[in-house]
Formats: sequence, C-alpha cells, structure tokens
Amino acid sequence: MLLSIGRSLGWRLAQAGLVAILVGVLSFAMMRALPGDMIFRIAAARFGYDNVTAENAELVRSQIGDPAGISAFLGWIAGLFRGDLGTSLVTGETVLAEIAHQFGATAELAGVAILLSLLIGPPLGLWAGLHPGGWFDRATVLLASVFKATPQFLLGLVLIVVVAIGMGLLPAAGHGEARHLILPGLTLALGLAANTTRITREAVVQARDSDWWRFARWKGLSERQVVLRHGLRHVAVPVLTLIAAQFVALMEGVVVVETIFGWPGIGHALVHAVFHRDVPMVQGTALIMGLAFVLINALADIAARVLDPREAAQ
Amino acid sequence: MMPRCLGLAILAAVLLFAFGLPLVNETDPTAQSLLNALQPPSAETPFGFDHLGRSMSARLAAALRLSLTIAFVTLVTTAAIGVALGALASWRGGWVDRALVLFADSIVALPALLIVLIAGLILPNQPLAFWAGLSATLWVEIFRLTRAAIRAQIAAPAVEAARLLGFGPIYIFRTHLWPELAPVLRATFALTFAAVVMGIAALGFVSVGVRAPTPELGLMMVELLPYWREAPWALLQPVIATMATLLALTLIAGGPKV
Repeated sequence: MLLSIGRSLGWRLAQAGLVAILVGVLSFAMMRALPGDMIFRIAAARFGYDNVTAENAELVRSQIGDPAGISAFLGWIAGLFRGDLGTSLVTGETVLAEIAHQFGATAELAGVAILLSLLIGPPLGLWAGLHPGGWFDRATVLLASVFKATPQFLLGLVLIVVVAIGMGLLPAAGHGEARHLILPGLTLALGLAANTTRITREAVVQARDSDWWRFARWKGLSERQVVLRHGLRHVAVPVLTLIAAQFVALMEGVVVVETIFGWPGIGHALVHAVFHRDVPMVQGTALIMGLAFVLINALADIAARVLDPREAAQ
Repeated sequence: MMPRCLGLAILAAVLLFAFGLPLVNETDPTAQSLLNALQPPSAETPFGFDHLGRSMSARLAAALRLSLTIAFVTLVTTAAIGVALGALASWRGGWVDRALVLFADSIVALPALLIVLIAGLILPNQPLAFWAGLSATLWVEIFRLTRAAIRAQIAAPAVEAARLLGFGPIYIFRTHLWPELAPVLRATFALTFAAVVMGIAALGFVSVGVRAPTPELGLMMVELLPYWREAPWALLQPVIATMATLLALTLIAGGPKV
C-alpha cells in the first residue's frame, strides 16, 4: 500500500513540475505576443490612464527592466525554487503576499461551496439510488441534468434577480459577513451537487447489485445497516475523487462567480492581472491554482486508498 | 432513446433558427433605431427590440451562429487532436504513453478560462482566441477516452491478426478501432460542444469575451440585465436560447448509464 501511494505521489510531483513549466511558458509567450509596449500598460495601471507620460513609462522601465525577456523567464524559474514568485508589477507588493491575501477569500468561498454541495448532492443521490426507477429517482436525475446544463453565471444571475432583488432576502454583492457568502456559495454548490448526485446515485445502484451487498443482506443485516456500515464507505470513494477532479471546474466557476458577485478573491485578481499585463501576478495565480489542484488530487489519491484498500491489494 | 430524440429535435430547431433566419429576414443585427428601443414583441416582430432598438431576432440568430460555429470548429479540432494523441499513446505505450498522459494531466490542472483569456491577448481576434484556447484544453477528455478504449482493443485477437497480415496502422484504426471508439466518444463530443457554448457565454457575461456591438449570448444578457424590470421578455430570450442549446446537448449526451 505504501509503495502504491509513493508511486502516485511521484506522479503528482512530476505533474506539479510540468504545471509550473506550462504556466511559465504560457505567460511569457503571452508577454512576447502582446501588441504595444507593455511598459506603458503597466504605467497606466499604476498611475491611471490619463497620467501616462513618457517620463512615467521610463520610470517604470528603469525599475522593472524588460519583463518579457528570456532572462526574466529563467529568473522566475530560479525564484520558484526559493519560494519567491516575484513582485506584482502594478502594486509593487510581492506576489505571494497579494495571493495569500486573496486566496483566503477564495478558500472561504470554495469551502462553503463544497460543503453545501455535499449537503445537497450525496443525500439526494443516496435516496435516489436506493429506490431506482421511482418518481424521486427520476425527478432527481432530471433536476441533476438541468443543473448540470446550466452555466454558473446564469445560475448566479437567476439567484441575484430572484433572491436578492425580487425577494430582497440576501445581498447580491459584498464581502465580510456570513450572509454575503450564501448566494455565491450556492451558485457554485448547485453545479457541483448536480454531479455528486449523479455519481452517488450510480455508485449506490451499482453497490446494490453487487455480491457483497447481497451477502450482507443475506447474513441478516437490515437495508439500513448495510447502507451505514458498507454502502457509505463504498460510495465515498467516487464522490471524493469527483470532488478533487472538479476542483479545477470549481476554480473556473470561482473566476466567473467572483466577478459577478464582486468577491475579492483569486479569480477576480486573475482577470485583473491579465487585463493589466501584470505577468508575475498572472503566473503566480495560475501557478497557485494549478498546484492546489495537484495537491488536492494527491490528497484524494491517498484518502481513496485509505478508504478503499481493495484497489491497493490487487 | 426518447431523451436523445428530444435533444436532437431541440438542437435542430436552434440550428434552423440561427442559420435559417438570415435567409428570410436580412435585418442587420447591429442596426440601431432608438425609436424602437425596448419595443415588446408584436405580430410583425415576434422577438421585439433591445434597449438600443436593435432587432432581437437578428441579434439572437447572429449570437447563436457565432457560438455554434466556434463550437463546431473547436469540436473538430479537439476531436482530431484527442483521437490522434490517444491512439498514439495506446499504440506506442511506454514512455510516449506516459509523457502524453502527464502532459494531459498537467493541462487539466490549469483553468480553461485562464488559457482562453491568455489566448485572447495573444491572438488578434476573439473567435480565433476562443477556438485556440478551448481547443487547447478540451482535447484532454477525448484523449483519455480514446486511450482507454483503444488500449483494450489493441490487445484483441482481431487486431493482432490484422497486424500479422501486414495491414498498416491506418487500416487497423479504421476497420477495428474506430467502430469501437465512435459510440464511446459520441457523448463526450456533445458535452465538449456544450462546454464551448457555455465558455463563450460565460466570458461574454463577465465582459472579457466578444466585444460589443457583436451579438453574443452572454454579452446580450449583461446588456439586457439593467432592463429586466421593463423588458423581462428581452432578457429571457438569450437565457432561453442558451439553456435550450445546452439542455439539448446534455440530452444527446445521454443520462447516467444504469
């Protein structure tokens, strides 16, 4: 078991390395291909669009050098090993400090979204899977398809119009209080829950068909006992893997949802960094998102092996 | 089978509307007439006019044409890349296989919208950026499925016999591998198509996609959102068009396999 965990961790490590290189190459390609002098663009972001003069641009140039050069790329890679992501070209703060600040807000939102989706998805899927073919099952599957097909921004829009403006129950934008979390969290959660419901349902249907389930029933356990003792553990593995795999979709949703709800997180920062051609910030945020994905999947690998020792035993 | 037929019917209706409308009604989707601003639907103009007095029907059709065309071209590109690399990986095996899988795993770790945003800055126009950015990320799913499906087939006796008889890889792929692969890929093709439509609309909605005045579904929703009280029917049109397209594709992809 340790060997298989080690092998999967080695794979994740290679993945992390390649993610870093891809992010670097992509963002430097972007910098080289951009039309216009990016120094002026950065100066505009620093001083405001009406105050860009040749002197200001020269000032910026003397401070940061040529940000699209090969030496800048190699310097960035070298910095990664020291845990240094560089300095934001716009604010002058270190990228790490900026991201640490924004990542908190995003983690809060993503955490609430995952929690809500776990409260909605698996219970529905479990109940539907235990009664396949019933009206509840068919209604759940239909609803899951509808929510899966609904883009997150549309869901956010509907929630804002109906709950925030129409009923006036919750604020449409803002940050800081618990009530601000509900609408953006729910927007992300409903999309995630559509998938967890389907996966849970299928896992339960498949489990009910299996030999071990029939054996457990045959030896005298009640349906309820089988579900609690054996079923949940079996279902947890695909759900866990799915959540880890959906992390990137969650991050993508975060970009959209943060922009709609004005949430000061990492997705919001990324869009702005791309606009202002703040290379180190683009690299930093993309890298953190990519590495977080790899880390979460590595943890899910381990958790899945602990929960389900059957695979490792083979 | 029923849901799939329903999905195909909806998609056919959307396609007919998007590509058929310009044939019967040549209204310019960007022509403004403030006299008509927010005119509700009537017998002559069943879709009404938007806040700048532009024909909603012409804009809706143009927006759908844009999304559907990009989605189609992207699907063809991703399918070609995904199937080719997937076949290569499972055919060659060894380090080629491992390198390709690692590459695919790393692409998946990056948010697709980020890659599209960056492509939007590198490439001169937005449709091209959507195509490049979305193709660069969406091939992975097709690659994985192809690799898994072909791996099982390559060891089959039929393929081995064909190899021993001296048939080339292209012949074997066409006669033995593709027939097994096609049904597996159909659902993914529908979902890839849906992902492109959704991605374009999402970027339009957060105002980093196609620029005004080009009609685009997400952009139309943002433009009409401030008028939702006066003209809910106008806001609903792009919403319904987007939802109908996505739902149709989801239905075609098929529900969970029981």
